[in-house]
Amino acid sequence: MASIVQGDIDNTWDDPARRTPLVTGDIDLKTVTDTVCGVAETEVYKTPTAWTIAFVISSATTAMLGLMVLYLFFTGVGVWGVNNPTGWGFAIINFVFWVGIGHAGTLISAILFLFRQKWRTGINRFAEAMTIFAVICALLFPGIHVGRVWMAYYMFPIPNQMGVWPQFRSPLLWDVFAVGTYFTVSLLFWYVGMIPDLSTIRDRAKTTARKIIYGILSMGWTGSSRHWHRFEVTYLVLAALATPLVLSVHSVVSFDFAVSQIPGWHSTIFPPYFVAGAIFSGFAMVMTLAIPARQYFGLKNLITLRHLDNMAKIMLATGMIVGYSYSIEFFIAWYSGSGYERFAFTSRALGPYAWAYWTMVTCNVVVPQLFWFKRARKNLVALFIASIFINIGMWFERFVIVVTSLSSDTVPSSWDYYTPTIIDILTLVGSFGLFFTLFLLFCRFLPMVAMAEVKATMPQAHAGHVSQPALGEARG
Amino acid sequence: MCRSRHWERLVDNTAGAILERPREHSSVRAAPGVLHALLAEFNSPGELRDAAGKVRDAGFKRFDAHSPFPIHGIDSAMGIRRSMLPIVIFCGGLTGCLTGLFLQWWTNASDAGVFQWALDLVTHWFQAFLGYQYLISGKPYFSLPANIPVIFELTILFSAITAVLAMLMSNNLPLFYNPLFNSRRFRRATDDGYFISVLATDPKFDAARVRELLTGAGGDVEDVFELPSAARFPKVIHRVGLTVTMLALVPLAVILMARYGKSPDPRIHIIQDMDNQPKFRAQHADLAFSDGRAMRGPVGLSADHPLGLTVARGELHEDSLYNTGLVGKVFAETIPFYRPELTADEHFVRRGQQRFNIYCAPCHGRDGAGAGMVNEHALTIGGGWVQAADLADDERRSRPVGYIFHTITNGIRTMPAYGDQIPVADRWAIVAYVRALQRARHASAADLNPDDLANLRNR
Repeated sequence: MASIVQGDIDNTWDDPARRTPLVTGDIDLKTVTDTVCGVAETEVYKTPTAWTIAFVISSATTAMLGLMVLYLFFTGVGVWGVNNPTGWGFAIINFVFWVGIGHAGTLISAILFLFRQKWRTGINRFAEAMTIFAVICALLFPGIHVGRVWMAYYMFPIPNQMGVWPQFRSPLLWDVFAVGTYFTVSLLFWYVGMIPDLSTIRDRAKTTARKIIYGILSMGWTGSSRHWHRFEVTYLVLAALATPLVLSVHSVVSFDFAVSQIPGWHSTIFPPYFVAGAIFSGFAMVMTLAIPARQYFGLKNLITLRHLDNMAKIMLATGMIVGYSYSIEFFIAWYSGSGYERFAFTSRALGPYAWAYWTMVTCNVVVPQLFWFKRARKNLVALFIASIFINIGMWFERFVIVVTSLSSDTVPSSWDYYTPTIIDILTLVGSFGLFFTLFLLFCRFLPMVAMAEVKATMPQAHAGHVSQPALGEARG
Repeated sequence: MCRSRHWERLVDNTAGAILERPREHSSVRAAPGVLHALLAEFNSPGELRDAAGKVRDAGFKRFDAHSPFPIHGIDSAMGIRRSMLPIVIFCGGLTGCLTGLFLQWWTNASDAGVFQWALDLVTHWFQAFLGYQYLISGKPYFSLPANIPVIFELTILFSAITAVLAMLMSNNLPLFYNPLFNSRRFRRATDDGYFISVLATDPKFDAARVRELLTGAGGDVEDVFELPSAARFPKVIHRVGLTVTMLALVPLAVILMARYGKSPDPRIHIIQDMDNQPKFRAQHADLAFSDGRAMRGPVGLSADHPLGLTVARGELHEDSLYNTGLVGKVFAETIPFYRPELTADEHFVRRGQQRFNIYCAPCHGRDGAGAGMVNEHALTIGGGWVQAADLADDERRSRPVGYIFHTITNGIRTMPAYGDQIPVADRWAIVAYVRALQRARHASAADLNPDDLANLRNR
């Protein structure tokens, strides 16, 4: 990995007198197009071996997920480790985990866009893709955990001959609307943003199939300034719509817990705590994917060290919020004077699941402290390993919340230790297979970096402006 | 240019790529067709912007600038007015907000009964859309705080969908065929090229003048033609379209057949929902047993012994007097107190009283005179009801205890049999209590003990 570090140009410095380049190396617009499209245009027989191996493994894992889901459908939820009182096992843990990961993409696209953080252009496209694939994985779990899956349509307000409607005062139903809206809006945001880049691939296409497919996907985009005008308005509005949406989705997910009266769940800190955790885990996943992707697809000049540095800073900040939430939960449990709350939290830290709790604290609170050091933020190996730890830690956070509170509820006679079955574990592994399969397909066939947006931040975008001097646009 | 023609010409840039290929290789172009536009390439975003300003100042309306990314200041240079999209999107969002509000109120809080007069006017089919008051934990039917998440999400959802659709529609996209694509150079508009196109349909269009204007602004000008081949509709699209349409009709046809056809076969049971489970069913065959029958008879069952050779524990009933009240064919005169189940004491009679008040009193009355509540009510209705007997009249007092037991067990006239409901010992207890009632209803002062008699007299 030492060679990777050597090949990177350090653009993490801040000097008010000079503009920090967002794109490194001596490259122009054409190079950006060639670099990004080159990946999507590689001929089948020239597919990188690493990609093929990764794809074979991940699609086999997806096939396993399919088998696990079929086994579940044909046999029933008894194949999982859920018991009484722990009725929410891996399915809900995985759901919250994946939805959380899906937050970074829209955050980067929407919130950083509104804040004019131009460095987002290098990573927004595949962070958005990651969002969509993570939300697909997330949507799988509530869909399959309902027991009789063929009744899953009860989740939607569909007129039926029985006159049965959903109960709109339930947080579980809000969840259906929140995650469904989030998926739709993220997909629209991703796709609309991709139309200009798809037209770039269309215009470079050599084969008939590519001309037809990318021709349909790009909808006949010509780069018309009249179109760009409306495109930019739409993009801005979508960003403004998606910003409160990002904050609302994990808040609504947290209502699934907070609105119930289970000790350890019934807490007003849940919405902000969940949102911070979601951003934290989302950035960790972007980091996990970005580091190998920029390495293998030659995107080092577009996804620069500065991008990784900025992401590490955001992870440090959100990691601190998460750590603060962990401690304030204990304070409130003590301060509330409620014996049940106090027990729930004592049991979390010292009870049967103490191992999970301390794994979570180590990964989510201790590991990100590394990012205080600039050397660590510039070290790809350190960043990659830390991001993996944070992914693990955030999964355990959901495990701790779901399992500790349920397995030791207010009636001691019904306490039971929750142990997942092999089916639970293989389903979780399979969801990673689905995620990576979709992500690999995206890397291979779609523009991985928002070319039009990157070009707009480059100095060449302001060349020849006689009546207006070049502005310090690229200041990230 | 009308939109349907655009559709027909989808060909050239998508499926029509096939048609185009030979032309790319031929050095001599065929008749170029109708002039569509003049296209000029510029070297930098700045030049493009300045040139766009000049084209606009020259009074052209149907022109456009093309670039791989949005260019600063080009909107004012081209005179592009501020888009109305935000207003359209706001309306979409408002629709979403009201939809969320209405959906939740209609399905969970509306009182459909109020609208019944209107619903009766519409079809039966509409009944599936009726809402009703949905009571959950005594909460209010309609409470805004609980309804805000869904209202919020639908507002965002409708706004976002409106934004994208409105953007595409106002941009006249998707537009798969555009004559500008006939220019090979134009493909760089999505890479690193900067172009201005002036359409021949512009009222002020004059090829020579426009060429001069664009060249003067620093552009490298090219003619873009509408190719005659673009008007041809390739047969392959017809065939593919026809095939896809026919295939798409198959599921619909199957559904219609299933809906309106008749079949003697049972419905296809795709989702079993535990409707059919492995179990033994009465009078059915079952291969689990060697005789192939699901039902198991008593041990020793055979053709010679259709009832088997064994009796289940407690089912022998060998004591005829105790179990039937008969000795031979004659009704017993005495209660079989020799049985350990029956005891000749007050407790036994009290048990009989309690059972009598449950099973017998509804018709016969608590005093056994035949004026129970069911009897009285049934008489007011009429219709074949037989007056419940007075259990203490002369006829019943003369009956042997075996007869009373037999009547309770098997019923008489309209009185049903109680043998299945009342255990044998309790039936005998009721018999003892009936005897006590008969005695009580026909008692004389001499039957009372002296203390009770004294108490009565002192009242």
